[in-house]
Parts: sequence; structure tokens; C-alpha cells
Amino acid sequence: MTLLVTSELSRRFGGLNAVDQVSLVLDRGEIRAIIGPNGAGKTTLVSMICGRIAPSSGGIAFEDQDITGMRPWHRVRHGIVYTFQITSIFGNLSCFDNVALAAQRSDTWATGRWWPRGHGHLAETVLAVLNRVGLSGRAAARASTLSYGHQRLLEVAIGLALKPKLLILDEPTQGLAEDEIVSFCALTRDIAREATVLLIEHNMPVVMEIADRVTVMENGRILAEGSPAEIRADAQVQKAYFGT
Amino acid sequence: MSFGPHLLLALLEGTVTAFVLALTALGLSLVFGVMRIVNVAHGEFFMLGAVLAWAFSSLVPGMPALGFLLALVGSALVVGTVAIAADRLILRRLNYAPEATIVATIGLLYIIQQVVLTVYGPNAHPVVPPINFRVVFPWFGYSGYKLVVIGASAALLGATWYTLTRTRLGLIMRATQFDRETAQSFGIPVDRVYSAVFALGAMLAAVAGVLIVPIQQAHYLMGLDPLLLSFIVVILGGLGNLRGTVMAAFVIGLSDGVISVFFSATLAKIIATLFVALVLVVRREGLFGEKAR
Amino acid sequence: MTGATPRRDWLLHLAVIALLFGVQFVLPAYHYSNVSKIMVMASFAIGYNILIGYTGLLSLGHAMFFAAGLYGAGLTVHHLGFDPLSGFLAGLLAALCLSVAIGLVALRTAGVSFMIVTLMFAQAGYLLTLYFGEFTRGDEGFVLKENLLRVVVGDTGFNLIDPAARYNLALLLFTVCLLGSLVLVRSAVGRVLIAVRENEQRTAMLGYNAFLYKLLALVISGTMSGAAGATYALLFTYVGATFAAIQYSILPLLWVLLGGAGTTLGPLLGTLLMFYLVDVSSGQTSSYMLLVGAALIILVLWAPKGILGTLREKRIPWLP
Repeated sequence: MTLLVTSELSRRFGGLNAVDQVSLVLDRGEIRAIIGPNGAGKTTLVSMICGRIAPSSGGIAFEDQDITGMRPWHRVRHGIVYTFQITSIFGNLSCFDNVALAAQRSDTWATGRWWPRGHGHLAETVLAVLNRVGLSGRAAARASTLSYGHQRLLEVAIGLALKPKLLILDEPTQGLAEDEIVSFCALTRDIAREATVLLIEHNMPVVMEIADRVTVMENGRILAEGSPAEIRADAQVQKAYFGT
Repeated sequence: MSFGPHLLLALLEGTVTAFVLALTALGLSLVFGVMRIVNVAHGEFFMLGAVLAWAFSSLVPGMPALGFLLALVGSALVVGTVAIAADRLILRRLNYAPEATIVATIGLLYIIQQVVLTVYGPNAHPVVPPINFRVVFPWFGYSGYKLVVIGASAALLGATWYTLTRTRLGLIMRATQFDRETAQSFGIPVDRVYSAVFALGAMLAAVAGVLIVPIQQAHYLMGLDPLLLSFIVVILGGLGNLRGTVMAAFVIGLSDGVISVFFSATLAKIIATLFVALVLVVRREGLFGEKAR
Repeated sequence: MTGATPRRDWLLHLAVIALLFGVQFVLPAYHYSNVSKIMVMASFAIGYNILIGYTGLLSLGHAMFFAAGLYGAGLTVHHLGFDPLSGFLAGLLAALCLSVAIGLVALRTAGVSFMIVTLMFAQAGYLLTLYFGEFTRGDEGFVLKENLLRVVVGDTGFNLIDPAARYNLALLLFTVCLLGSLVLVRSAVGRVLIAVRENEQRTAMLGYNAFLYKLLALVISGTMSGAAGATYALLFTYVGATFAAIQYSILPLLWVLLGGAGTTLGPLLGTLLMFYLVDVSSGQTSSYMLLVGAALIILVLWAPKGILGTLREKRIPWLP
């Protein structure tokens, strides 16, 4: 069951081919990790998938529909949700409002109405999502007062409240403590039961543990693709990425 | 008067407007170019220059030429000092944040305007031109002083141009404009450059005010028109682009002169204002060179 | 801000409205008329605040929306013989149309460009009122005749310029604007507007078309300002180009900054304080705009959040 296909997707910045003819196929329900050295084009690739950057050439299809020219907010409606590499929650708003912004949006889509359902319904959804990521006690706290790890969790909660079919996580474990990483892995597996997860990640143990498949990028191209075990065994990858 | 002489008169008037406008707008453009701020009080520096010109020239009654020279130097110095004070006391503390700076310079606009009202009163003050001869055309006579304005403005534009492109001071300004942090790390005293640029911008407006005052009496509300016209010119010319600013001043000055003579001054301003608003919209952030917040 | 007890907000706002209703029975005539005027101008400020305080867009041209309401009502009543209610609706419609048109064009810019573009459009509007001096009588303006402002209800009737009618109609306008702004900022839409103010790009990645929300905010803001303008023309009878001039774009900015941008009650507080500050000082000096200038500079330098904004930060976090 294919969810997302990119066909020869490219993006040039000046003379640099940041992403060079990448054809990627994502299956429904998998956890896919994209790894690669800095500047390999990982973030540029997912930015094109979620619509923040327009491709120079090539196309993107989501659920068999061409979405290449679709505006980012429409893609969110179709279920493509991006959580930022640099935490970009709304620092001056409460955790509740941060998640409510996302929840009320998906609620209006679900009901097809202009206005989200009553406050009680919204609050229920928001608290359920906060509970799921383990932030239920912090609903009233100003987002900027959270610890860095909690801010990352809030970012994921915002993504979840949008009811994604494809959740893109850009370096989610960066800056997290060991125990936070463990619970994050559990959370990701939990999310993957309802959504496809596309994950950019540098932390190799995390990738090896949770990814179903791994795509290795280098210089804007796909270098290799396979199960974690295959990737670990791949000599080419070893050379390019693990530097051994 | 038939069409031809009428047009000649319109073009002459337009040329005077254009030169004075170029001086004023150059000041605004310079400040935006180097400091990246929009100075809404710029028109008040123009007004202050004009009113001070009247004050200085009335110190030496009966000697208009001496009074004029005194005004030229005196007004520029006073206005420059006011500008430096404003920069140090207000703008620097705001760290030149764009929106806060605009609000602060609006405040400055009213303060200058109202202080002038309090000190000099609500009346318009005439100033005698330093020279008094008329150029006689077959169809009409024309004030010789207006030709002096053209000459003086041209000389000042040239001097500013030379300072910015050929001198060490200009080089320092351009370096600061290009990259503030790097300039600082090269030992350029950015704070002092900012003060100097703000003062220079204000002085250009003040001198334009001094030049205009024998033609158009000094009055505490006279600052708004040059401010809006300068906005128009600076936006059309591309903010911070000095050559563009001067060229746009001529387009606006001449067309303003022609439309004013043949139609109405108000209509000329409406057209220019709407046109500029649309230019800004079509080029989006391009003219201000900043990204959406 | 979990929204668990919105009741407290409502009680506070209703208390303010009740207070304004109550003081009319004790105010001396001079202040009676002043407070009527303050309530109309505070409604203008509330409209302005929706844009600057809750959406983060700084307009320097709101006089054009106030003037659209003012002239929409004033010209139709004066020249076309509209009754006051139709005149009010004409003013409202004029402001609504103008804000949609300006929004579609000006919102294509952002930041400093947006400020300059709104300033320019407002200036063009001001010049237009002068250009059509035949109808508007330009700077001099015109006064609506008393007999045009009579409203007949059933057998009886009253005149809009009757002090009690004027006070309570101004209060009605203010109540609608204040409660309207409270409902808006507490609603799902208000939450999105605040999100746009905080981080526009991120809001788009939550599936919102930020442009549409900014347009909505501008239209609500402009229409509310226009309602204030129309009410001003009908209650205070004077219609003149001064209200379209740059000064009336700056005043709401000052009122809102003083009271606290992004607080629902800030506009009222700022308008009230500034009005009496000017009133007191005008005994001493004719140049009351000096005070406006000084206040603007003091606010940006030392109190950018205004009175209620500072209070919210330090003492009363639930203040809307």
C-alpha cells in the first residue's frame, strides 16, 4: 500500500543541487528513517514533501493524487504534517492553546464545518493528545517555560492533533536526554500504529531500533535503501556515512 | 498665455520642485540605506530648517544675502545637533527595531512640530530672497532666486555624491550599510556612523528647507508634504538606492509640476500616492529588502 | 489560558459596561459629553487593536476606515436625505468595502512595507476628501442639520444629539465593539489570529491560510473603525477632512499602545487617559499634540506593552 511517491524530485539553490532526482516510495504504516551527513539534502527533501519549498523539477504524489503544486496548508489538510527541526512552538501561548490551534483545525476538516465543535469537545481532544505525549499536567503552562525536551514533545503533540496520515519528524531526538529518547521511541512506535512516520535522524541507535526501513542520502541523492540490518551491512554506506 | 509658454513654466516649476525634493529624499534614502530605519520625522527636519532660516535671517535685517548664508550654516548645524540627540536618546535605545523606530519617529514628528508652534507661533513667516532679479522671458518673468535654488541644490547633490563615493567617510558608511557586524569587527565605530548618517540625512532635509523658504513661507505644518513626497520618491527609486532616489525625484517633481499647472495639485498628489502604494504592493518586500516577519 | 473559566472575563467586561451605564446619572454635563465621545473613540481603538494587538499588523492608515464610516453616514444623510439608521448602515458598508479592497492589496506586503502602504492609501483617501470638496467641503467640513437626526419610534421619537440619547447610543456602540472583540479573541478564530501574530509561517504549517485570517482581521478592524466613524458623524454632527488626516491614524495607535495592545480593555483605558490628559493640558498650552508625541516616545522606550499589558504580565495573567 503506497502512501507517498516522489518522482525524480530535484531542488537547486543557485548552482547547488540540494536534492537531485530523488525517487522515494513510502508505504502506509511504516516508520521510515532518512539518514545522511549534514548537507545531504534531507531537510530540503522533506520541506518539498510538506510544501515549504517548491521543487525545481519532479513531482510528488500522495495517496495517488498529484500534490506537487499544492499550498502547504492544503497538504496539512490532506494529512501531511511536519514538525520542525528547530522547535517552533508558540512560546507565548499555553500548551493547551498550542495544541488547540491544531486540534480545532482538524476538527473543522472532520466535520466539514466552518467552526469547530464546542469548547468542551475541543478541550477533550486537546487534553487527550497532551496526555498521549505525557504533558497532561502542563496544559496551562506557557510553552516557553517548558524544558527543551518537553517543548519537543509539545511539537509532536501539535503534529498529532492535526491527525496526520504522514508525520514528518525532523531530528526529533536532538538535544534530548537518554531517558527522554527511550520514551520518545515508544511514542513514535505508538504513533506508527495509525500514521506513517518519516523521520530524519542522526542518532543511529534510535534509527536501528525503531525504523522499518532506512533511506541513506548523500549529496542530494539516495545512496542506499533497505532494512536497518541491510543498511548496517552495506559497505558503501559504511564508507560514506559511518566513515569506516 | 498659450500652451508652449505654459508648459515651459510648468517644467521650470517642476525642476525647482525636483531639485529640492531630491535633496530631501536623498536624506531619507541615506538613513534607510545605512540604518535600515524609516524616519517619519524627516519632514519635520525640513520644516525646522525652514523656520530656523527665518529666525537666523531676521537676526540680520536688511542684509538678505548674509542672512541667507547664516541660515544655511546655522540651520544645518542646529538640525544636525537635534538629529544626533534623537539618535542617541531614542533610536539607539530601541536598537533600531523597525516598528518601534517608526512609532518613535512619529512621536518625534509631533514633538518637533509642536515645539516650533509654541516657540514661533502658528503664522507663516516670509523670508526675503538673498538676491533679487527676474529672468525675463518673452511671455513671463521668472524669479532669479529659483535658479539659485536649482544651482545650490545641484551643488549639494554633487557634494553628497562625492562624499559617499570618493571619500573615506563614504566608504565607512557603505561598509556599515553592507554588514553591520563585520564593520564593527573591523573597528568601525558603528554607533558613531549611525549618528553621523542620521544627522547628515536630517541636514540635507534642513538645507532643502532653507532653500525653499524664500519661495514658500516658513510654517510649522509645512513638513508633511515633503515627507510624503520623499516617501514616494524613495520608494519609487528603490529604498537606499541613491541614484534611483535622485532620478525618481525628477520624475515626480516634473510630473507634479505639469499636472499641478494643467490640472490640480491635489490630483497630482493622489495619483502619485496611489501609484506608489501599488508599486510597493506589486514588488512585495522587494523594495524594502526584508522578508516577511 | 486553558479557557476553563471564561466567566471571570465576562464579569469584568460586563462590570465595565455597567459602570459606564451607571455614571451617566452622576456625571456633570461637561464630562457627560466627553465620555460619550470617549466611548465612540474607544470603539475606534478597539477596532484598531484587533489588527495591531491580536494579529500583529501595524497599520498607519486607520483614519481612512474611520473616515469611510464618517463620510458614508454624513454624506448620505446630508445630501441624500437618508434617515440616521440607513446613514449608519451606509457608513458601515463603505468601511466594509474599503477594508476588503485595501486588505486584498496591502496585505501582500508585510512589516515596514505594510505600514508605509497603509499610510499612503490613507493619505490618498484624505486627498480625495479634499478633491471632492464640492460635496465634503474639505477641511472646513459640514454639520448635519438637527432635523435630519430625528429618529421616530412608534408614536414618540428622539433626537440623536439629545445628550441622553447620544450617551446611550455611544454606549451601545461601545458595548457591541467591546463584547465583540472579547468573543473574537476568545474564539477559535481569535486563537488563530494570535498564532499569526506570534509566528505566521508556523501557523501556515498547521493548515491555516494566514492571508485569509489577516484579511478577516483587517476587515473586522476596518469595519469596526468605520462603525465608530459613522456613529461619530451622527451623534456629534460634524463631518470634516481632519478625521481622514494622518493624525487620526496615529491617535488610535497611541490609545492602544497606552492602554495595552492585545488587551480587550486597553483601548478604552488608553482613550480615556489620553483624552483627559489632553483636556487638562489644553488649559496650559495650545500644542496638545506635543503630549501625543512625548507619550508615543515614552511608551516605545519604557512601556511597550502599555498599562494593561504590563499589568497582565506582572499581576493578572488571566486578563484577556
